[in-house]
Amino acid sequence: MIRHFMKMNIEVQIPFEHHQSAHCETGVISNLLSHHGLPISEAMVFGIGSGLFFGYFPFIRLNHLPLSAFRISTGGIMKRVCKRLQVRVKWEKFRNHQKAMDVLDQRLAQQIPVGCRTGAFWLSYFPRRLRFHFNMHNLVVFGKKGSDYLISDPVFPDPVVCSESSLRKARFAKGSMPPKGKMYHIESVPDQVDLPKAISMSVKEVCRNMLKAPIPFIGVKGIRYLAKKMEKWPEKLGEEKASLYLGQIIRMQEEIGTGGAGFRFIYAAFLQEVAAILNDYRFLELSLRMTEIGDHWRAFALMASRNCKKRASKTENYLEMADILRHCAECEAKLLNDLSAITPDT
Amino acid sequence: MKKEDVPQDDHIQRGIKEITYAVDKDGRYVKVPSLGWEPKNVANEQAWEVIRKDIKSEIQLIKTGKRSPLAYHMVKNLMNPKLLADYADLSIWSVNRHLKADVFKNLEPEILKRYADVFGITAQQLHEIPEVDSSFYEDEY
Repeated sequence: MIRHFMKMNIEVQIPFEHHQSAHCETGVISNLLSHHGLPISEAMVFGIGSGLFFGYFPFIRLNHLPLSAFRISTGGIMKRVCKRLQVRVKWEKFRNHQKAMDVLDQRLAQQIPVGCRTGAFWLSYFPRRLRFHFNMHNLVVFGKKGSDYLISDPVFPDPVVCSESSLRKARFAKGSMPPKGKMYHIESVPDQVDLPKAISMSVKEVCRNMLKAPIPFIGVKGIRYLAKKMEKWPEKLGEEKASLYLGQIIRMQEEIGTGGAGFRFIYAAFLQEVAAILNDYRFLELSLRMTEIGDHWRAFALMASRNCKKRASKTENYLEMADILRHCAECEAKLLNDLSAITPDT
Repeated sequence: MKKEDVPQDDHIQRGIKEITYAVDKDGRYVKVPSLGWEPKNVANEQAWEVIRKDIKSEIQLIKTGKRSPLAYHMVKNLMNPKLLADYADLSIWSVNRHLKADVFKNLEPEILKRYADVFGITAQQLHEIPEVDSSFYEDEY
């Protein structure tokens, strides 16, 4: 009886502040925590979640092309942020599609904004060009009008509307890493958070991941590994295929909401906030250096895109691009070493 | 990147701005809305070009009777047999069989409906294979 009532008559709009973000996972956390009285920027979420990463995995294929990653695995940022800030999150997962939508409606009726993991392909408000079978998208549902849901999708400028059928399909998208209707809401946030401690822990973890990975595909070693492989692409794969490999890296670096330069700029923004919180100007200098590193990554993407378009000059070849990547690796290694040295132990 | 250097090369985003992080004139990081960046556009264009080629070659195969119309709808929805099998709740083996023209012709309505539902079309449309122009992904849906 109650379920019936919820399904038919729910008209609710929770007062939820939507702030546009660069990335979906960090944006959702930032918006949700702010809603629950813990204002925190997207950059700070990314930093405390130890988001900065590099990995090149030629043996894992995405659309027949090797996988590269500029951030840690999906959900990893949320897990770390909530643990380090002692935020309690309730996760729910569903087998039954109808139940997944009913429980969502119930939460909304209780005035609780709900985060959902979804696929991007079925979300009707996405531009067609960006609708791929990508199952790691995050959004917040904050209301319902008739059979439409009100959604704060952090990568969009304004809140959007999505039909019930479209959201249901997106929540139960299939393929690699299916969301399985997963949804979450914040149960409680602490009165006080120990930001300096969370910062130290997260920074140390990034330095460890990037500098001391035991396998060659990850961290600065991974960047150098990619550089080495890239040099041989044209002769090994032929121009056509090589340019597809390049295109895939550009997309991972720039397209999937990274804030620019494969999250390097967001991390630089984080370091700037850290300088203020720890009252230590040395982090400002590191932020500056991280920005320069980001600019190098952008220079690489620009040159790579010219190669994709066959508009590159003679000197803008694969050897030159590999050199830019090696330069990025060297600068990141130095920066992270310095960062590790000045970050207080916990 | 400086705030004033944030590119505004609209193409794939169709006027929807996304956030780029850049420094303002005081060196402070700010979120800057951006309409897009040429290298991103190039890479996205390239990805769709590959899909378009797949679709064209499937259409050729369908016309010569080597594949069923199901193949067209599959690649158009950026799926492979495995993903389509997941969505239609069938085995990959069955999907691969249904991709053959003569098997597809004799499919039961119940199975056809399953496929049609996955693609959000009618069972009738499942048999149609329109000619595809270069911009099929622009304004559909």
